[in-house]
Amino acid sequence: MSEQPLFKVTIDNITVEVPAGTTILNAARKIGGDVAPPAMCYYSKLEGSGGKCRTCLVEVSKGSEKDPRPMPKLVASCRTTVMDGMEVKNITSDRVIDARNGVVEFLLINHPLDCPVCDQAGECHLQDLSYDHGKAGTRFEFQRRTFKKHDLGDKIQLHMTRCILCYRCVFTADQLTGKREHGVLDRGDHAEIATFIEKNLDNEFIGNVIDVCPVGALTDKTFRFKNRVWFLKPVDAHRDCPTCSGKVTLWNRGDEVYRVTARKDQWGEVEDWICNTCRFDKKQTSDWVIEGPRLIDRHSVIAQGHYAGTVGTNKPKETFKAVHAGRQPKLLMDIHSVSEVNQPNITLSQLDRPAHSTDFKQNKD
Amino acid sequence: MQALTNRSKAVNRDPMTFMERLYLPNIVKGMAITFSHIFKKQPTIQYPEQKREFSPVFRGLHVLNRDAEGRENCTACGLCAVACPAEAITMEAAERMPGEEHLYREEKYAAKYEINMLRCIFCGLCEEACPKDAIYLSETFAPANFTRKGFIYGKDDLLIPNKNTAPEEYATAKGAAR
Repeated sequence: MSEQPLFKVTIDNITVEVPAGTTILNAARKIGGDVAPPAMCYYSKLEGSGGKCRTCLVEVSKGSEKDPRPMPKLVASCRTTVMDGMEVKNITSDRVIDARNGVVEFLLINHPLDCPVCDQAGECHLQDLSYDHGKAGTRFEFQRRTFKKHDLGDKIQLHMTRCILCYRCVFTADQLTGKREHGVLDRGDHAEIATFIEKNLDNEFIGNVIDVCPVGALTDKTFRFKNRVWFLKPVDAHRDCPTCSGKVTLWNRGDEVYRVTARKDQWGEVEDWICNTCRFDKKQTSDWVIEGPRLIDRHSVIAQGHYAGTVGTNKPKETFKAVHAGRQPKLLMDIHSVSEVNQPNITLSQLDRPAHSTDFKQNKD
Repeated sequence: MQALTNRSKAVNRDPMTFMERLYLPNIVKGMAITFSHIFKKQPTIQYPEQKREFSPVFRGLHVLNRDAEGRENCTACGLCAVACPAEAITMEAAERMPGEEHLYREEKYAAKYEINMLRCIFCGLCEEACPKDAIYLSETFAPANFTRKGFIYGKDDLLIPNKNTAPEEYATAKGAAR
């Protein structure tokens, strides 16, 4: 690949050399940090993704070395390839920031903002984007759109109201499973993700649509309402899986595995696709070989209460016995005798559906 | 070292004067100050017969709120627990089943909700964090108890009585409006 020409591109006054054919977004990601535009629909691992959400808009202030005229309109950086000598403004341009604020307002027009109920809260890209660019109020005075409920099987929960129509799940289903059974129906305001005639998606890799979804439209039914992501401890783990790479992130609370997801890189993109068996059925710690805690960006809410190193991964030493010549404490309050939360005989993580009131009533007597 | 305030005084190491060595005049001076306090207005009130009025921003015992139709506001979003600096709040969420719509406002609710009053520092951050107006700090104290077990407050302790099904209990809990 050495004969491929390297293009010099300047993004926010930082120059980087990238091969021809690279998009502005990928060149900016090479620089990293704040320079990289946010992307809601573009997914580097999915062919043909991008160009739909318009959050990655950038200003091209100089087209190229040969044609230095600026591009008249803001361009979608995920779909525009770099030219030699191109100068791009992302966060240094007021036009871009203004346009991005507008895009976020549009994305939120029909979004129900039910983050307190939504399982994606805490790792939601739309949530991050709205915190960076959104306004506190809305100018939209009409009813938000609602949809007829679609059932996507007993493992995947679809909340169409939260969908921003990024098409990532459609591309995933198309490219990964080779069997396209769900797509986008209707158009405009009525457009929605749906399975054709309520077909169950029974492909072994369909669970990945949960990971690619930037919002909470597609969520894991086996994890639904069980816990909030920021109370869980993400650990890297692997298992010998015959269908997929088996490299996953476990979301643990204590020794319970609440959720299994693929490992996500710094752009929130999946590193290795994982199969449904790994994702939905292996909820025992004994199924996995734990590698260590997953590094979480410290600005993320998930990082709260998680400390660097081995803190929290091993239990503190009991000192009472050592200090009192081998005697156990005479009075010891067992928290489970008082507390009704986290009862040892209720293992919510083992349920393959959301918890119901009946799950808590059973052991009351 | 630079002084933080200008109120600090250097210790006087001078030898005592004759008046100071006499000792008794200073004792009399001190006793006079003590005696004069008998005639001053007493700040002490006789609790529990007398009670001091709470400030409107007083942060006391938590309550879990219901909406106008008597449904629980809390959706177990966990923001109070994450905001809590003392890690006093724990909860377990569940999905609302058909037929429970009159009990819970949204499809997700807190099946178990506990505040450990031994840990709570009554900072009110849970109240601030709550997006659903579900948790409030009321103008009461957590009552004293002989055992630690009595300080783990569950949902039956925290939830306000339902205005529609138990109006008398609701009125008692509300107390006299100021």
